[in-house]
Amino acid sequence: MIDILNALALLANFVIVPALAYGSQLALGALGVTMIYAVLRFSNFAHGETMSFGAMISVLSTWGLQEAGITIGSLPTALLALPISIVATVCVCLLSDRLIYRYYRTQKAAPVTYLIISVGVLFILSGVIRFIIGPKDQIFADGQRFILKARAFKEMTGLDQGLAIKTTQGVTVITAVVIVALLFWFLNQTRTGKSMRAYSDNEELALLSGINPARVVMITWIITGALAAIAGTLYGLDKGYKPFTYLGLVLPIFSAAIVGGVGNPVGAIFGGFVIAFSEMLLTFAYKRVIAYLTPGEWVPDGLMQLLATDYKLAVSFVILVIVLLIKPTGMFSGKTL
Amino acid sequence: MSLLEGQAMFGGYGAADILQDCTIAIDRGEVVVVVGPNGAGKSTAMKALFGMLDLRKGSVFFNGDEITSMLPQERVRLGMGFVPQNSNVFTSMTVEENLEMGAFIRRDDYSESIAQVFRLFPALEEKRSQPAGELSGGQRQQVAVGRALMTNPAVLMLDEPTAGVSPIVMDELFDRILEVAKTGIAVMMVEQNARQALEIADRGYVLVQGQNRYSDTGAALLADKNVRKAFLGG
Amino acid sequence: MTERLRNSLLFAGMAALLVAVGVFQSANLALAILNLCLISAIMALGVNIQWGYAGLFNAGVMGFTALGGLAAVIISVPPVTEAWVAGGLRAVSGLVLGVLTIALGILTWKKLSLGKTARGWTSALIIVTGVIAMRWVVDPAVEAIEAVEPAKTGFLGGFGLPIMFAWMAGGALAALAAWAIGKISLGLRSDYLAIATLGISEIIIYVLKNEDWLARGVKNVNGLPRPVPYEIELQATLWVQNLASRLDINLIELSSIIVKLCYAGLFVVVLALIYWLSERALRSPWGRMMRAIRDNETAAGAMGKNVTSRHLQVFILGSAVIGIAGAMLTTLDGIFTPSTYQPLRFTFLVWVMVIVGGSGNNLGSILGGFVIWFFWIEAEPLGLGLINFFTSSMAEDSALRIHLLQNAAYTRYITMGVVLLLVLRFSPRGLIPERNR
Repeated sequence: MIDILNALALLANFVIVPALAYGSQLALGALGVTMIYAVLRFSNFAHGETMSFGAMISVLSTWGLQEAGITIGSLPTALLALPISIVATVCVCLLSDRLIYRYYRTQKAAPVTYLIISVGVLFILSGVIRFIIGPKDQIFADGQRFILKARAFKEMTGLDQGLAIKTTQGVTVITAVVIVALLFWFLNQTRTGKSMRAYSDNEELALLSGINPARVVMITWIITGALAAIAGTLYGLDKGYKPFTYLGLVLPIFSAAIVGGVGNPVGAIFGGFVIAFSEMLLTFAYKRVIAYLTPGEWVPDGLMQLLATDYKLAVSFVILVIVLLIKPTGMFSGKTL
Repeated sequence: MSLLEGQAMFGGYGAADILQDCTIAIDRGEVVVVVGPNGAGKSTAMKALFGMLDLRKGSVFFNGDEITSMLPQERVRLGMGFVPQNSNVFTSMTVEENLEMGAFIRRDDYSESIAQVFRLFPALEEKRSQPAGELSGGQRQQVAVGRALMTNPAVLMLDEPTAGVSPIVMDELFDRILEVAKTGIAVMMVEQNARQALEIADRGYVLVQGQNRYSDTGAALLADKNVRKAFLGG
Repeated sequence: MTERLRNSLLFAGMAALLVAVGVFQSANLALAILNLCLISAIMALGVNIQWGYAGLFNAGVMGFTALGGLAAVIISVPPVTEAWVAGGLRAVSGLVLGVLTIALGILTWKKLSLGKTARGWTSALIIVTGVIAMRWVVDPAVEAIEAVEPAKTGFLGGFGLPIMFAWMAGGALAALAAWAIGKISLGLRSDYLAIATLGISEIIIYVLKNEDWLARGVKNVNGLPRPVPYEIELQATLWVQNLASRLDINLIELSSIIVKLCYAGLFVVVLALIYWLSERALRSPWGRMMRAIRDNETAAGAMGKNVTSRHLQVFILGSAVIGIAGAMLTTLDGIFTPSTYQPLRFTFLVWVMVIVGGSGNNLGSILGGFVIWFFWIEAEPLGLGLINFFTSSMAEDSALRIHLLQNAAYTRYITMGVVLLLVLRFSPRGLIPERNR
């Protein structure tokens, strides 16, 4: 019995808790991609860099706040910096729409044109980010490191296995829950939110109902920018801010969005967790879990790891491929908010 | 002056004009039906009235004001309602949300309008929280009409409302449309089912190749031998 | 101005820029830029075949380039005998097992007369079992191979053939990958291809970085054999020595110029060949049909053209061209370094070349490859110069100034983005627009 609990604690410590945090970050990222897709109908390759931009503003604001001696006790200061980062990222999104994307809407450009345009934005953003903060890693998580320390857990439960929950992980999951709840309330209960869903569902009919497309597009960028800033900051907080990793995040984020069905917010969240849990479960070394669950002589020699940790990214790709082969529209057939 | 009038309209989607000097008008409280063979430009004429395609020549008046270059969404605010032929409901949204979206431009309390729509189409009330995409064809049309009614339009324009529904549903739909007209809303319809439509119409237009061929009261058109032979199957 | 004159002027302007670099900076630098311009032009041709002819968005140029690089290693490096003895057979049979597994899994999914769910689970089971079996076969082999003198080799090596063969092999390898990815994602929405190619290219790089037995991973393979003479050899040759004294330049510099000229000669031949072939293809009935499909997929489909299989053809061809360019690049470098492959440099920059040059026009792609590569290289000193100029009023040790100067290199990303957006907005047909025929 104790062994089973130990095995569970082990799994929780190395798979469930990290996957919950990572899944929340992916879900927030995928929500941004999916919102743009649902309303503006293109795949925004620049979303990863938008997240990175948000994270960078958070890093800089955090430094500023720390300099000024403003912190919030045991919680990371970055939480205070988050509103600044949201405002800045939203401004960047609105500016990019005003200067770049809007013109192509009046031209009724093909989706692939937007894709290429988003590559241009991707270039500019990554240049701006590296120009401002440089290419090096920045750690900006402060406050208390752990909500639950491994030793405290052991003392509490009397198990051999520790379970640690980092503050950043807790903050990530709680923030994500709050944000997602707010977003769904907005989309389903408010007049503006419903008009966005209507526009995404049937553009022509939305016009015939007197819905102003310019306003819908603007609100979409505001929400996307906010989501990107939050997702980027949480990811950077959890794993350290590395400017170059965000381009690599585009793949798992798009996979998450497609798994759930592009354009569908519930699907994006679901997809985020599917990707995160698959990555963790497939790259976890099960040797010690098996050791707890079986008599000693059965313990295998190898690590019992299905896939080397380096191939995390391949997991999201394989899931993407499976979805494309079996159900390209995703689990929650998409294209609507 | 009529309530809504398109005068000598020329225009189309590409290089060639589909409408070749087409004039259509409707007055308050009237039911006007536009019929004609396939490709005659019936739907195009209605879309032209609503500003959904650019006119090369001709003009559109509403209440005596020229609105030729006005955007469709602005015409909605003036009091024009439009029910397209296809994809005329928000499939992923519930019946009630569809109606709310119809009332998007209204800032006042529109619950009475919703109640009115439900009185007109009782079948919708029990399905109010079902996604419109899950409804039957006839009920979808009801939602579509209901959505357009939510703006309290002065004129309601329907593009082939009975396309693809069974004869029984069609009769019921026509009954409802007459009820709508009785409340003082002008109703303009483009119809394939010319005979049944002309039966309920105050006035009718027969378009051929983008041009007015006949225009008269519904009854007179039904009685006209030429019209019957050429367009109503004898 | 006729089209021909305009194009000649554009290319002449480009040549003048390169000459200017040769005069004001150094001939060596100008030739180094020229060689990469030539390779970039070939990459751009590859992307243009996919995008310009057929409207396919390939976001995985980097991956196909890297496969070309891998081919250069596998073809040219002599085999490591001890490694083959240690685990070569086992590794190869493991790989065969892996391929068989996947084939069997797909076959089950396609052919078995069961319900969709049952088929899904059966093929999943086959693949999982196969992968575990493959790991069981391969893992010890990999360990054994990587243990063979890890500081020097630790990989299987290659065939020890002349490296020029790798240019073809690189094309073939890229074509194979393109076939697999095209099979999966063509025929779906256009952005799915973009995302799938983005994914496969990232994974190719991960594999190359981590599978040391294949090409030493991040330990790199250096000293690849050359198709041209070495500088040292040239310096020992009499006519080179004579030439140096007659031209009054440093012998070492001259030898390196000669080497670069040799490379340039080879690259020009390949570029000309590929250009000629692509132009012929474009003018053939096949090319006309491709453009017909690009311009109206629905109509072409309705006329009975199999759009998806045509797209697959063109996608494979374009990727093969990119693979060739990738092999040439690694040949030129003489070293294979998986960690240098970055999507911005190897995928999206090539896209900028094609768009700026003029999508759908091969000549345009070549010019785009030249212009963009030139500015990619020269934007760095230019940006640095500009920042130096604008900050010259600041104190020498001002933190802001130091920071700006340090990060000046990244202004070129911004430049490229701005150039791309400006061209798309104000001249969407590019420097040399597609001809209407």
